[in-house]
Amino acid sequence: MIEADLRLERAAFTLDVALRLPERGVSTLFGPSGCGKTSVLRALAGLDRAAGRVALGNEVWQDDAARLFVPTHRRALGYVIQDAALFPHLSVHGNLAYGQRRSGGHAAVDAVVDLLGLGGLMDRRPATLSGGERQRVAIARALASQPRWLLMDEPLAALDAARKSEILPYLERLHRELALPIVYVTHALDEVARLTDHLVLMDSGRVAAAGAVSEVLSRTDLPPGVLGRADDAGVVIDAQVAEHDAAYGLLRIVFGGAALWVGEGGNVSVGQRVRARVLARDVSVARQRPQRSSVINVLPVMLEQLQHDGHTVLLRLGLGSSLESQPRLLARITRKSCDALGLQAGDALFAQIKGVALM
Amino acid sequence: MTADDWVAIRLTAELAALSTLLLLLLGTPLAWRLARSRSALRPLWLALVAMPIVLPPTVLGFYLLVLLGPQGPVGQMMQALGLGRLPFTFGGLVVASVLYSLPFVVQPLQQAFEAIPEAMMEAAATLRAGALDRFFSIALPLARPGLLTASVLGFAHTVGEFGVVLMMGGNIPGRTRVLSVAIYDHVESAEFADAHRLSAVLVLFALAVLVAMYVLNREPHGARR
Repeated sequence: MIEADLRLERAAFTLDVALRLPERGVSTLFGPSGCGKTSVLRALAGLDRAAGRVALGNEVWQDDAARLFVPTHRRALGYVIQDAALFPHLSVHGNLAYGQRRSGGHAAVDAVVDLLGLGGLMDRRPATLSGGERQRVAIARALASQPRWLLMDEPLAALDAARKSEILPYLERLHRELALPIVYVTHALDEVARLTDHLVLMDSGRVAAAGAVSEVLSRTDLPPGVLGRADDAGVVIDAQVAEHDAAYGLLRIVFGGAALWVGEGGNVSVGQRVRARVLARDVSVARQRPQRSSVINVLPVMLEQLQHDGHTVLLRLGLGSSLESQPRLLARITRKSCDALGLQAGDALFAQIKGVALM
Repeated sequence: MTADDWVAIRLTAELAALSTLLLLLLGTPLAWRLARSRSALRPLWLALVAMPIVLPPTVLGFYLLVLLGPQGPVGQMMQALGLGRLPFTFGGLVVASVLYSLPFVVQPLQQAFEAIPEAMMEAAATLRAGALDRFFSIALPLARPGLLTASVLGFAHTVGEFGVVLMMGGNIPGRTRVLSVAIYDHVESAEFADAHRLSAVLVLFALAVLVAMYVLNREPHGARR
């Protein structure tokens, strides 16, 4: 468990958070710019001094009560920022060796170089690298210093969409292949949906919600704006590929007793774990199972909650059993439809899902 | 050129080299502090460092003489400690030169340090480099152009000084008689050919070092592949 209790007075807000992050997987701090997520990360790294306590398992990095503050260079962390901050006077190899030597020099740089595909770049100077390459070197440099904890502050924010999609696979690989806890700061919801295990929503220096990403994203009771634009609302589903229908180009993915058909994409094979995203605006509901519909994904659901939001209503739909951790869907419908159907919490409905995206 | 002229050239080179060395040793930490200071007194420190640029050298030389002279507080202290006297000695010239050329060394260094993004130093800290390590492995290499400019300006400015030298060192051949004073002497004695030769040496020297500096400072971290 990573514990961080931090308080910091800033001109625009007061930061006051108590974070409990799992010691594996990607924990994402998400929120609008100026909500304090970068301040949290800097305080975790010891770059800024907030009041409070920071502990990683049994290793304590800051404890004001015990007058303990470990300086940044004695914390076994990796830190990657938006503009990479590579050392311009060193080659790529020199940049990687910088942290490796200072951390005891036993990290296998070759493995890191392979992981991030830097083989051909080792003798280059940072000035000759593209934005995407620079960011990969920055990530590799952080990994070569053998961190116990990787902190990433909007590592993709300075990149255009093409460069982003060049880096994201490497981040997913990092996530899959290393047992390294990552704290990731972003204001891009698509990065959250793709990478996150544990989600912390921040607003004006405070934690608005925190928990497993599927649980937090399926909540309807969050203050408006905390999750970005309203039409971005949607859930993520961790599933497994059960079947490949090559004739129609479809995959059947299963999760928690339910199944969905999705368009095949990438080189996904049967048995593989995948993550899918279903946006609330792509889900509609019916009282009876629709007959002869073009929508191929229709699931029986239980209406758990209704959240009125202007002229629309956001529905939280439980799939299958009534377990607390069961998968859920969100559906955004018009208030008119809601009234016409006379929807109430507890109703048994059928959800029609028009769009499922594999991440 | 006369034998005296050669002595003056050698003395000037020695004075400039020693002063530059001392200036780099003292000026680098000073510039680093000034570049990172957020103290309310920072403008005062900046002004004090810049003073020799605006003060007439004779004023600086005069106060140094008052301070370091046999009746001056520093002079008396030095005599009490058995360190001898500074005015009209080579040592006095070095002290005067260091003060006089201080801004020409500190300012380029300070600007070079200020140009280093804070993110670069923080990145080094997250890669386990302590403060001193960060300074030597990141700040100094990145400030290389500023270091070079500071050395060249410090050296050249010391070679070219006159007023402070005359006040502090006088005109003792082989001990305090440097190039600029030698030229002045030649002109005073109407030895224009000798004055010409020495002046030409200085003009060529100044041109050469400045060109060398601009060539070396081109493309600090060259976009070489």
